[in-house]
Amino acid sequence: MSTKLIIGLDGQGSGDRALDYAKNLASLIGDCELLVAYVIEWSPYSFQTAEENAVRHKRREQEISTAHERIIDPAVKALTDAGLKASGIVRHGDVADALNGICEEYGGQQIIVCRSSEGGFAKRFFGSSTANLVMSATVPVTVIA
Amino acid sequence: MKLITKTLLAVPGLAAAMPAYAQEAMSLDDKVNEVFAKFTGPFVNLIFAPLPGTSFPWIVLWLVVAASVFTIYFALVQVRFFGHAISLVKGDYSDPHDAGEVSHFQALATALSGTVGLGNIAGVAVAVGIGGPGATFWMILAGLLGMASKFTECTLGVKYRNEYPDGTVSGGPMYYISKGFAERGLPGGKPLAILFSIFCILGALGGGNMFQANQAHAQISGIVGDYPGWITGVIFALVVFAVIVGGIKSIANVTEKVVPFMGILYVGAALIILIVNYDKIGWAFGQIFTGAFTGLGIAGGFVGALIQGFKRAAFSNEAGVGSAAIAHSAVRTKEPITEGLVSLLEPLIDTVVICTMTALVITISGQLISDPATGLYVLDGNSIATVDGNSGVSLTSAAFASGISWFPYVLAVAVVLFAFSTMISWSYYGLKAWTYLFGEGKTSELIFKVIFCIFVVIGAAASLGPVIDFSDAAIFAMAVVNITALYFLMSIVRKELQSYSSRLASGEIKKFKH
Repeated sequence: MSTKLIIGLDGQGSGDRALDYAKNLASLIGDCELLVAYVIEWSPYSFQTAEENAVRHKRREQEISTAHERIIDPAVKALTDAGLKASGIVRHGDVADALNGICEEYGGQQIIVCRSSEGGFAKRFFGSSTANLVMSATVPVTVIA
Repeated sequence: MKLITKTLLAVPGLAAAMPAYAQEAMSLDDKVNEVFAKFTGPFVNLIFAPLPGTSFPWIVLWLVVAASVFTIYFALVQVRFFGHAISLVKGDYSDPHDAGEVSHFQALATALSGTVGLGNIAGVAVAVGIGGPGATFWMILAGLLGMASKFTECTLGVKYRNEYPDGTVSGGPMYYISKGFAERGLPGGKPLAILFSIFCILGALGGGNMFQANQAHAQISGIVGDYPGWITGVIFALVVFAVIVGGIKSIANVTEKVVPFMGILYVGAALIILIVNYDKIGWAFGQIFTGAFTGLGIAGGFVGALIQGFKRAAFSNEAGVGSAAIAHSAVRTKEPITEGLVSLLEPLIDTVVICTMTALVITISGQLISDPATGLYVLDGNSIATVDGNSGVSLTSAAFASGISWFPYVLAVAVVLFAFSTMISWSYYGLKAWTYLFGEGKTSELIFKVIFCIFVVIGAAASLGPVIDFSDAAIFAMAVVNITALYFLMSIVRKELQSYSSRLASGEIKKFKH
């Protein structure tokens, strides 16, 4: 049975470090599948106008397509070019919850993420997505500095 | 943004010009008022015509009977599915794969931002001021029954909405009337849908616009001193124009985020006043129950209390009116019934909770003057005499001030924000009706939006009486058409509900959160 690793990208340059680490780890493991995931931060409890609601589905499709185009597809290409088995996924939701959910759904054995790029007040108040993931994940999490 | 800057720069100029133009402006307000009252009078009289030989408006009976019929037809759906509705809003049944679509909570919050507002603040004061505390009892009853009306219309709103190839949606009574009637092989769907759209446009311009502008002006002038209403109207119209035409979303976004907090602040303040006066709560409920059946000396007795209670409840929660069906139809769900179940929470939050709090604060505050000897209220014309002669939003403001002296300032901000948020919501409802009639397209949409802004100025300049009459009449006219259609389409909703209930019981409808 092949090992499945989930790589969480945040759309920043630091994601490349997570990809490099995953590449190395996958080469060492041998029979390994990589699933590159990007989570668009989204709360079902936010407030919107009626007009925003009416176009929400359209916007969601655009957001997913843009994330694939700019973040996921280049990352998957880089991994497959390196001879690895890789695929990508985009989800909406809370970053920590969604990454853990993807991991459970696809049977991932480990989640690899970069250290959070968040800072300041939000981080102090709510905690970073990375810290939340580490605390809530049901599989080991590797955080790349 | 340039538009906003220009507007803000223009305000001091307007203020400086006020004394010079005051007399002319007052006469302009009077002229607007006179023309407006003359133009809308026949329509208002038709909608509020009393039943032969009584003073009971037929429209009130129409709403009560409909809400009762839906409650019985769906076997107390508002009680049986209340817990499930809460689970749906919490997202217990939301598939994580659908994250990023409009959630049940968001649709509910959007619809509530269109209903929670001046109806809860000024409308309740009008009801209690004319119908006495007893009006509150009928308001609560109307709210509880109205939950079934809301359930019916919102289920149909989602089921028969239009989904366009680009992923956008349009829904509401005009769509379920035309499609639903066609599906059942019934004639007259299209003309009814057109009639509803016409009334919806009038409702958007009346209750969703002029009433809001009018009461916002009353609140602001109560704080800064009296000045011509058209000034408030022009400023409001420019800001609304900037949002709905100029596409300055930041204003709408800020409002949409601040309004829920203002709502919480309002309920919180009411709770504080009630807690401080906890010894009077029992007495206040006594006044509500006694007044509901005796009237406690108000004009028209208990019938007067009943009429006011039902009228203001319908105006506040809009159950049976059809507006919420437009807001809720944006949810992308495989089960239209779930949106209907979520929507039934709206009259509960809006009327049973928030309106009751306002009524309790007004009753407890002692603003309504009663005769200590008889215990009956003292009348001033057709309404109850108040301490400073206040009515409408100023009565609510005075009642809150008796508990928290600085609260009128917070209330003034809340009223302006609520008014603005309701205007934005109703501009969308009106626009959907407009595009149903005249087709989607930039020019067509722009024409409606400009008309909408002009009515903001008229609403702020006219006096309360004609504006409130027209607002009520336009909104209730929507209910005439919508409820007629709901009677013909409610069997479709019952089939949906039965199918959903059995699948829920069998476990086919999956719960995702445990």
